[in-house]
Amino acid sequence: MSAKSPYASAAVCAPLLERLTGLLDGRKMRFMEVCGTHTAAIFQSGLRAMLPGNIRHISGPGCPVCVTHDAEVALYLDLAANPDCLVATFGDLMRVPGPAGASLKHASAAGAKVEIAYSPLDALTIARNTPDRQVVFLGVGFETTAPAVAAAILTASSEGLQNFSVLSMHKLVAPAIHKLLESHLCDVDAFLLPGHVATITGVQPFQFIAEQYHKPAAVGGFEPADLLVALCSMASMLADGAPAITNMYPRAVAETGNPRARELMRQVFEPGPALWRGLGEIAGSGLSVRNEFAAYDAMKKFQLTLPKIAPVTACRCGSVLTGAIEPPQCPLFAKKCTPATPVGPCMVSSEGSCAAYFKYGDY
Amino acid sequence: MEQKILLDEGSGGRASQRLINTIFLNAFDNSILARMDDAAALPQIDGPMAMSTDSYTVSPLFFPGASIGSLAVNGTVNDVSMLGAKPLYITCGFILEEGLPLATLQRVVEDMVTAAAESGVKIVTGDTKVVPSGACDKMFINTTGLGQIFMNPAPSGHAARPGDAVLVSGAVGDHGIAVFTARENLSFASSVKSDCAPLADLVAKVASAAPTVHVLRDPTRGGLATTLNEIAEQSGICVELNEESLPVHAEVADACSFLGLDPLYLANEGKCICILPAEYADAVLQAMRAHPRGREAAIIGRVTDAQPGKVILHTAIGGSRFLGMLEGAQLPRIC
Repeated sequence: MSAKSPYASAAVCAPLLERLTGLLDGRKMRFMEVCGTHTAAIFQSGLRAMLPGNIRHISGPGCPVCVTHDAEVALYLDLAANPDCLVATFGDLMRVPGPAGASLKHASAAGAKVEIAYSPLDALTIARNTPDRQVVFLGVGFETTAPAVAAAILTASSEGLQNFSVLSMHKLVAPAIHKLLESHLCDVDAFLLPGHVATITGVQPFQFIAEQYHKPAAVGGFEPADLLVALCSMASMLADGAPAITNMYPRAVAETGNPRARELMRQVFEPGPALWRGLGEIAGSGLSVRNEFAAYDAMKKFQLTLPKIAPVTACRCGSVLTGAIEPPQCPLFAKKCTPATPVGPCMVSSEGSCAAYFKYGDY
Repeated sequence: MEQKILLDEGSGGRASQRLINTIFLNAFDNSILARMDDAAALPQIDGPMAMSTDSYTVSPLFFPGASIGSLAVNGTVNDVSMLGAKPLYITCGFILEEGLPLATLQRVVEDMVTAAAESGVKIVTGDTKVVPSGACDKMFINTTGLGQIFMNPAPSGHAARPGDAVLVSGAVGDHGIAVFTARENLSFASSVKSDCAPLADLVAKVASAAPTVHVLRDPTRGGLATTLNEIAEQSGICVELNEESLPVHAEVADACSFLGLDPLYLANEGKCICILPAEYADAVLQAMRAHPRGREAAIIGRVTDAQPGKVILHTAIGGSRFLGMLEGAQLPRIC
């Protein structure tokens, strides 16, 4: 909790808010916070209720659980139902409903072996301790998570662990923003870029936003002051008509990111196509396990293919994820779809924008 | 050879008797229990009484700061205390998994004895069942507590009124993080200890510091946020909290930030929320802080009629938002 953080005090934030208002000088600014943690932070800190009326924030495709496609959910639910398998997963995925409405929680209640892991390395421990089961780790997440999964595969490989594999559903953030801009899916003036992802990637992969699409973007942290500083940077670039990519989270993000983590990813994964909820298939936006590590690739080990899944009627998670609509515009929001009866993943994850809108409401 | 609990020891025969005599009677030593009749005969209690029951299942059985044993006594004692009552007696029912090491049971029972002694309650009757391996996770304990209500009127979740002050007796979230890190073997928050403790004495001090207390509640499962929401609904009032005054230990805050958890929704086992007319808030705050179980007590907010049934959090940066109820347990996030 940020209660005692120097980046979350009124003394620091009030002048920043004033500066932001001044920089905008009455102009409107619609910005997309790409990352789900940003969405949650904007609500949690109370900042949403304090932003000037001419600023609107639109949530983007940066909630790893939310962008996991129905076909992928169906695929891992099938694996969970396999009596030889034990599925190890980050907790977030437990409640995500599959195309038929059932989640891993339901699978677990029906007898499937499902265990929550806090890091991919925990999944290795589970595999060592459960030699009679094939332990499949559900590799969901962005550049932030993928290096640790790569490390787990490398460790499994060096140990010769036979009962461990990864179902790689990882996704890369920059190609998704590219797709959003290229297909005019959302109408935004600027992007708040994900601080966690940028710690790995650095700033370079996002340069195209300014160079090709002439929109400003700022890498931001997650405390209220971090958010405000990034918003000020975006507003100032808009005012000057000088779009660029700025790093407003230098205490965590190096310009060049974390080359060592990227090297781990490169050793184990290669870019491949990925299926995104709301965005469809995007070339080069996924991470496939390299052939060299095929023994640890659940897709190959269990000879899986992604099933063809018809989208759930009326669920607008896809449009929420591309910023085309805000959660309350979905006809199911807070009616058929609530945290108790989630229809789509955006209502489930702690980083999902529907969950945030539902939980915090419009104060 | 390590001694283990056998199915026979729940059979009601000689083996059961031996277990009861060697483990429970010795440890819980008191004249009411020692009679070993079908029920405990209790002396007369004058005036209204408070009764509460709770079942305890926790994995692991032992975690930093406490165990299922201390939890089973303190948890029930605290529920009784929250009605402005002095806890007097508790019962305990054990469900043991076949194969449980006898030494484990002994350690748990020792913790129960220590906890009962601290609150001055007697364990006056009990029951033991042994179930086949796999039918329960090592050990479940149920305790029921009985106490004598001394506060008049007795505090209740229905009694909060606009104008009241809201206090909490110390930092929140410690128990939740302690159990979580022990269960998941996480090393980064390993120095966080459960706050498991009896509150009976603290409640007595609160009662002598204020002529009237509207609400006393211990924010266990669901944490401070959930309990305050329950009170807001029961009393039909609005609770407005100041984020900056909420006591949270730095290590708990850091662990939560890493795991994507919110300390306001984590369980506490030795804290109470106290809602009372604002004019008594300072006196009660001093009384709490003078007590070893309330050193970090704080006034965290007030009761208003702004949004009946809701809890509003005024954040550190000067914003405001609702602090709602969660659907289920908090799940750690991915990134």
